[in-house]
Amino acid sequence: MSTLTEAASTSTDEVLTVRNLQKSFGRVQALREASLTLPRGKVTALIGDNGAGKSTLVRCLVGVQPPDAGEVRLNGEPVRFTNPEQGRSAGIETVFQELALVEDLSVAQNLFLGREITRGFGPLKFLDRRKMRKEAHDMVSQLAINVPQVTSRVRRLSGGQRQAVALARAAGWSSSVVILDEPTAALGVQETQRVEQLIRSLREKGMTILLISHNFEQVLRLSDQVVVMRAGRTVARRDTSDTNGQELVALVTGAQQDSDDNEEPDPALLPEPEER
Amino acid sequence: MATTQAAPAATPSADDSRRKLSELPWPELASTLGLIALAVIFAIANPGYLSEGNVSAILQAAAILIVLTIGQTFVVATGGIDLSVASTMTLGAIVLGEFYALGWNIWLAALAGLVAATLVGVVNGLVISKGGITDFIVTLGTLSAASGLALIIADGKKTTVIEPSLIKLSVNGIWLFSWAVIIALGLAVIAHVVLFHTRFGVHVLAIGGSAESSRSLGIRVWMVKTGVYVISAALAGVAALLVVARVGAAEPAANTAFLLNSVAAVVLGGVSLFGGRATIAAPVMGAILLTALVNGLTRVGLSEFYQPLTVGVVVVLAAFLTRFNR
Ligand SMILES: Nc1ncnc2c1ncn2[C@@H]1O[C@H](COP(=O)(O)OP(=O)(O)OP(=O)(O)O)[C@@H](O)[C@H]1O
Ligand SMILES: [Mg+2]
Repeated sequence: MSTLTEAASTSTDEVLTVRNLQKSFGRVQALREASLTLPRGKVTALIGDNGAGKSTLVRCLVGVQPPDAGEVRLNGEPVRFTNPEQGRSAGIETVFQELALVEDLSVAQNLFLGREITRGFGPLKFLDRRKMRKEAHDMVSQLAINVPQVTSRVRRLSGGQRQAVALARAAGWSSSVVILDEPTAALGVQETQRVEQLIRSLREKGMTILLISHNFEQVLRLSDQVVVMRAGRTVARRDTSDTNGQELVALVTGAQQDSDDNEEPDPALLPEPEER
Repeated sequence: MATTQAAPAATPSADDSRRKLSELPWPELASTLGLIALAVIFAIANPGYLSEGNVSAILQAAAILIVLTIGQTFVVATGGIDLSVASTMTLGAIVLGEFYALGWNIWLAALAGLVAATLVGVVNGLVISKGGITDFIVTLGTLSAASGLALIIADGKKTTVIEPSLIKLSVNGIWLFSWAVIIALGLAVIAHVVLFHTRFGVHVLAIGGSAESSRSLGIRVWMVKTGVYVISAALAGVAALLVVARVGAAEPAANTAFLLNSVAAVVLGGVSLFGGRATIAAPVMGAILLTALVNGLTRVGLSEFYQPLTVGVVVVLAAFLTRFNR
């Protein structure tokens, strides 16, 4: 775990830091104590069983849902996104598990939703639909094997094509953090390879990535570190090079526990206190 | 799946044309086709039906409904409904009449009516989007409140508005189209541009399709929602001017038929009542269709008691047809 400690000592190397995030829905405590650090330019994998709270963590992180308590820091600065637009303009793009596509809009419209290209000035701004269609085609063809028409409604796309659209949308902007909530869940073999290729190329471009996946082999192939969630808590962190599938399974199911697993948050997950 | 971007092998053959046919936007075409069918039937039954004079009269009679329908379309496109359009129009008309009676210039009085109407929309929009109360209940409330306010302001009496420039609105014009009709169609063109060529328009449809997705992409759902109710109310304010011009007076009448017909025109126009799918042209055609239907029934001598029944049947039928085409 020395690598993380090194990374944590200089705060500029942590793009995003989450500390003690909590969120309840009525009596369901979806997040009890979630802490995690995304090192700059690295792929962090977040794993955990269904209902562990991974998607809730993502939604709290990017401003879709307000957390009840806890702290989020972006490049060392505390942030509190109350609207997803704030998260997006701060450079965080997300592929949500439920994809957040609008069925009756076209592929191109979905790709540019909230980021439409306009021309004109002042209040007279009109959509540049041709430009958006052209760029949309380029964005999607990087990812999809069967490239859908960018003018067709999302309703008509296959599950995999939808996922490609949602992914293209998140990857298409010059953002600094990309969060992918199970990006290959509905994909075929070739598409999965493309997505993994895309994740690698995003990483090479220097983007910081949070990847949620149930596919441990994929996690081992792509990530630099793995964070494990169980019942609303982040319970362990491993460098990918120091772990293996068996250990990950054990950590996810709770068969193997980290030393101080129960009430205390894993100190390894917290950044070192800064000396000022 | 051999090489990279191999597009799915399309078979350009006989079933291509059939697919083209099934890909036509039938719900959106229904009102236009219906209007054509209606015109043919009534023209056979009554030769004068398609005369210039009568067509012009139909359009003139449709102008107010067209304006209200455009506003209703924006609201329904977000998955909402505005039950207050007609009473908002009445309130606008009464305010116009009051200021006119005070000696204001007619256009300034019309502006006052427009502002009053728009305020109703602001209330609707904010209570629905910020207060989180169902559109149906909120606009049902403002339906009652706005017409109540109109009664109070007018003290239950009508104000005669005899103003040459206003009369010209319904009498003068270009060829078949009176100025009132030209205003209504002009607003329809603007509305079309707003819906399909601006960010706001895309967001209206996006919210109607999935408010949740739109929100998670950073669209300010509450602002767009407020926007559509304001648009609807402002258009009701324009309709107020047209109604005063047509009647020659500002009356605190209930105008319920306008409300029902605006929703009916939207349905005829193939707009999904769940939101997310809408055009402007088709509901406008729907508004003309309803007016042409009533006009035709009158001309063939069907007692006016039959008209609401016929309109009702046509609307439910249209809703049924568009449902099958989803
Ligand atoms: N909006 C909500 N209202 C009520 N409960 C919710 C809501 N969202 C999530 N939960 C609950 O919070 C818990 C965590 O859900 P979450 O979706 O974060 O799990 P997950 O780790 O992403 O699971 P999966 O691997 O299945 O995607 C679950 O018990 C879920 O039922
Ligand atoms: Mg999830």
